[in-house]
Amino acid sequence: MIEKMDQIFVSLLHWLISFLPAFLQPFVGVVICVAVIVCLYPALFALAVLLERKGLGRMQNRYGPNRVGPFGILQPIADGVKSLTKEDIVPLSADAVVHFLAPVVLVVAVFMGFAVLPMGRNMVLVDMDAGLLFYFAMSATTELSVFMAGWSSRNKYSLLGAMRAVAQMISYEVPLLMSSVAVVMITGSLSLTKIVAAQDSYTGIFPHWYIFTPWGFAGFVMYAIATTAETNRSPFDLPEGESELVAGYHTEYSGFKFALFFLGEYVAMFSISGLGTTLFLGGWSAPFSFLTWVPSWIWFFSKIMLSICVFIWVRGTLPRLRQDQLMNFAWKFVLPMTLLNLFVAALWHFLGEGWQRWVFCSAILVVAYVAMGLVEMRSDHFGPRKYRYAE
Amino acid sequence: MLGEGILKGLAETAKNFFGSYFSKERLTTVEYPEQRIAPIEATRDFPFLVYDEENRDGGGPEWEAGLRCVACQICEKECPPKCIYIEKSKDKKLDYLGKAQYYPARFDIDISVCMSCQICVEVCPFESIKMDTKFEMSTTDRFGGLILDREHLAKSNTYYHKIHPTEAAAVDAHLAAEKVKADAKAKAAADAAEAKAAAASAVKPAVKPAEGAA
Repeated sequence: MIEKMDQIFVSLLHWLISFLPAFLQPFVGVVICVAVIVCLYPALFALAVLLERKGLGRMQNRYGPNRVGPFGILQPIADGVKSLTKEDIVPLSADAVVHFLAPVVLVVAVFMGFAVLPMGRNMVLVDMDAGLLFYFAMSATTELSVFMAGWSSRNKYSLLGAMRAVAQMISYEVPLLMSSVAVVMITGSLSLTKIVAAQDSYTGIFPHWYIFTPWGFAGFVMYAIATTAETNRSPFDLPEGESELVAGYHTEYSGFKFALFFLGEYVAMFSISGLGTTLFLGGWSAPFSFLTWVPSWIWFFSKIMLSICVFIWVRGTLPRLRQDQLMNFAWKFVLPMTLLNLFVAALWHFLGEGWQRWVFCSAILVVAYVAMGLVEMRSDHFGPRKYRYAE
Repeated sequence: MLGEGILKGLAETAKNFFGSYFSKERLTTVEYPEQRIAPIEATRDFPFLVYDEENRDGGGPEWEAGLRCVACQICEKECPPKCIYIEKSKDKKLDYLGKAQYYPARFDIDISVCMSCQICVEVCPFESIKMDTKFEMSTTDRFGGLILDREHLAKSNTYYHKIHPTEAAAVDAHLAAEKVKADAKAKAAADAAEAKAAAASAVKPAVKPAEGAA
């Protein structure tokens, strides 16, 4: 029974395609999986938007949306209908083709990432050996679409937003990769299913997730910072800083194209949370050994939703950074820490089993964190801006 | 240490998040169309014309007969955005002092232009225009629907007492004092007429400039 619930979607798929001739089965199977992914994540997106608006409201001691349906739960449907019925405006001087393509490229690139994410035991669309590499290749494509949007709109705010976005995303792509490489070093594989399988064992009741090791914890923190910047979420939401850039790169988008950008942003959050879950939080494995009877896909999606809640929590807490602070933080703090983390991961591997590696690795990371916080992030870096030439 | 402030901030927002489910004081939102809070006494938005409920002149509906406005057009001239339009009557009616005065044959305020500055109220010598507290004035006709004529503007003195009790009491006291003064003057004039031949000096104090002449 437990086994059945765990594999319910896999068996369902097999049962569905068993009606077809053998040569069609792999093809139709993939199409069905893609259709499910493409329907499921927008549904989660609707849920996340509602959660975000309600959650942010509560953090600011407001109610949040509560008009459409009981407790406002039908708000996403109302929003969807609104964006579908709105006029789709393309600026006269815009590059119409690129302007049209940008949101499409974004959504396609974002959904491609799900192809390699294991969403449960045996629930992965393509079990690629270089899954992590494929994932990063796809997530880097979103930068292209952002710049396409900003450039083709022929609007100064769009272009500024796009330039900020590209600068930011490329800067944080490096620590994002570096923090993931530590996981690859320890696991010895780029395959995401193997990475999850490596974490799916228990000592006593506690799992062997990578976040519960010194290098894993540091890596996870750096990964979380980098993903927040990568998905343009607050406090790194400079590309769409509404106080200075109207709406950033999607200033000139309206109607459903804007909705696609919005969707792309949230689905990217799901996908990158899914990757973080896979790398550090044990993917679909249960948090305690006595909870392994719960289907694996429930764990995966609860971990994703939990990450989304943290995203919302951070958004409700932190003010937006300035561009120079953002860059300083990326290059002077996050990147050195991830590089050091690679070294610590190697140390962890070569010190072998025993208490020594826990002490040494933790000590190095804590000392580095405190020292770097004191030296690199000195408050004069974060003080009022100094003008060297314009006096 | 780096990140300490972030943790403190996260704790604060978490406290707000969970607190908003438990303590009623945190959620100060008044869910407007269903819930309302009574306006404070100094609330003001658009002007209205005060009328006295006593029907002095006999004819016409109560609001028209009791209007305090004497169509002096001071408010029309002082209005910064020029949203008041007044047409003076040809005939005269008795005002609250029992004196024959003109009255507004037309008195329109375009509330789409009005900026709620209250200058009309401050310049009115007859206490006849005051600020209302009614703010739900949406209409489907953005031209005609937003121009209020005499009938829509006229509100009773009782209503004025209801929305601005302190101010209305002061106004009533002032008007009563005026009336007493006017009565005294009339009496003095009558006395003077009676004792035409007698000492003229007794009449002297009554020859004060009539207040509030149009």
